[in-house]
Amino acid sequence: MSESNIDQHEETELKESAVVRFLRATEVDTRMLGMIAALLLIWVGFHLYGHFVNGYGAFLTPRNLWNLSVQTSSIAVMATGMVLVIVTRHIDLSVGSLLGVTAMMMGVVQVWILPNYLGLEHPLIWVITVAVGIAFGATIGAFHGFLIAYLGIPAFIVTLGGLLVWRGSAWWVARGETIAPVDSTFALIGGGPYGTIGATGSWIVGILVCIGIVALLISGRRQRIRFGFPLRPMWAEYVIGGVGTMLVIGTVMVMNAYPWPKGIVKKYAAANNFEVPEGGLFVSHGFAIPVLIALAVGVAMTFIATRTKFGRYVFAIGGNPEAAELAGINTKKMTMLIFALMGALTGISAVIASARLNSATNALGQLDELYVIAAAVIGGTSFAGGIGTIYGAILGALVMQSLQSGMVLVGFDAAIQQMVVGGVLVTAVWLDTLYRRKSA
Amino acid sequence: MNTKSKDTHKGATPLIEMRDISIAFGGIKAVDHASADLYPGEVVGLLGHNGAGKSTLIKILSGAYPRDSGKIFVDGKEATITNPRQAKDYGIETIYQTLALADNVDAAANLYLGRELLTKWGTLDDAAMEAQARKVMGRLNPNFKRFKDPVKQLSGGQRQSVAIARAIHFNARILIMDEPTAALGPAETEQVGVLTKQLKQDGIGIFLISHDIHDVFDLADRVIVMKNGAVVGSAHTSDVTKDEVLGMIILGKCPPGATAGPGALAA
Repeated sequence: MSESNIDQHEETELKESAVVRFLRATEVDTRMLGMIAALLLIWVGFHLYGHFVNGYGAFLTPRNLWNLSVQTSSIAVMATGMVLVIVTRHIDLSVGSLLGVTAMMMGVVQVWILPNYLGLEHPLIWVITVAVGIAFGATIGAFHGFLIAYLGIPAFIVTLGGLLVWRGSAWWVARGETIAPVDSTFALIGGGPYGTIGATGSWIVGILVCIGIVALLISGRRQRIRFGFPLRPMWAEYVIGGVGTMLVIGTVMVMNAYPWPKGIVKKYAAANNFEVPEGGLFVSHGFAIPVLIALAVGVAMTFIATRTKFGRYVFAIGGNPEAAELAGINTKKMTMLIFALMGALTGISAVIASARLNSATNALGQLDELYVIAAAVIGGTSFAGGIGTIYGAILGALVMQSLQSGMVLVGFDAAIQQMVVGGVLVTAVWLDTLYRRKSA
Repeated sequence: MNTKSKDTHKGATPLIEMRDISIAFGGIKAVDHASADLYPGEVVGLLGHNGAGKSTLIKILSGAYPRDSGKIFVDGKEATITNPRQAKDYGIETIYQTLALADNVDAAANLYLGRELLTKWGTLDDAAMEAQARKVMGRLNPNFKRFKDPVKQLSGGQRQSVAIARAIHFNARILIMDEPTAALGPAETEQVGVLTKQLKQDGIGIFLISHDIHDVFDLADRVIVMKNGAVVGSAHTSDVTKDEVLGMIILGKCPPGATAGPGALAA
């Protein structure tokens, strides 16, 4: 019996292609590989399209990739929260409007109220503003969650109502006025030449991330040894570590390859009393602050989703709400907390979006809910509940934003852009359904 | 109605006493003034047709449904059970007919759902939970090897053993098994029988719910039969025959060896 088993085992092992064996050994998520392939296809596609049709391939340039990273941040932050919402079989249609009203509130706080007490450009203004924004978002989110969990109103309806109510409130806060300019320290959170950490800073961040990757691999391996679980082969560990660190280093190099525009360099030189040398001065942007915020949120949310009780409950509720309740999980409280978290993340996105615009307008965040939901879904979050990953949603946000800005770059009309985005969303979900049917 | 059991248990305090429990869904009285009790080390079979109200009665005990009226006593003291968390605090564990597993997470996560082991940092200690799961499952179902797969991908029997492991792993004092062998083959059913006897030896009280008398009769010390939401009667398995119990289930007719309940057919 055992002998024949071994024989069979060997046979199947021989039949497996090298690719399958490689994937098994490295335990890489094949879905994620698919998404990365799709992303590369989009990038290269737009670049080549630009190259051949417009005579200039603008996509794969440091400048565009840097912009792309900044544009993705706000959607990516919200998408991480949307994963948890959709995993528990809910939906939040109100994030765009909530972003708008939160931005307006923060505009009022930092432009109309705080300067009266602290004086313009007081160093505490941005801190208080950000705290108010996040707290405001979390409160509204918790309120939505309360209506959904304790009054039993479906999330679709509550947040559809929210979409209208908060967009209306955003206008009402300042009677439709645009509030500008925001506090200059606050504006740094939006990115822009000054809102970056420069070449050295980016290298430090990059190296820290690399150290983090290696540390995770080592501690993971130690854990497995401690409990006698099967180990990845050593070469697989090296491959994962190698590819991971190379990606990080590559990203840092791209971000650093985009220099400040000449005008900014001149201004900066004038402000700091030095002469711009002959032939210009190369000042790297490096990582933009919103990108770092999005990455930090991504790490924190991954931690919450995979390493904490809260995250475990989110997925258990999504898999079987009744079972979760019977297991003693307070599903109502969980629902409220999940929506509160979604609201807090929307608050962070509101900070990024209004800081980037250097003002608060009542139209800020319009249609964001659709991009956020699309990002989560393209990233593999299933509407059937119980399935979804944070990194998937961030990649999904990057895919959506790549499509969007790619089409702008090559000069597609706004009308066509919308049609393509809509079509891609539906196709992505269809492909995902096929993938799941095959792997289930 | 429980004069019989009082005789046998000689005034011992029942582990569980459910008194005059009623619940209605809309206009339908799913459980109508039903009473049931359970003593330490006793296996009580709760029998009845589909829709007789036995699962509903038991879901009231496990906190899944809030009752409309009636009282529950644990160790003779009135107990507050309005949700599953409170029932668990009293040591009442349930294996549901639907198993109530979160299909998308693995066996260890299901085993510890709601009672996760944490590291000193307050994070999930997945490794420790999996190690424990391997231990428990090794005792219960030595063939079980698929610890990394979501339970959705397991066979019916494997899923059932996860559900059973979850109920017995946390020092249950009262175990409710709702159709525990519904998804099992003959060998696995046998295993559940062995397990039941073993738990009984440990002094755990067990409610065994089934619509099939053959599953229960040999294991149970006592049966309680329900029909249309009411208790037909209860009897020690030594005092009645299988046919008589069948008569209780089908006709609601109470044989001489049994104690009649409010749902018994007027003779």
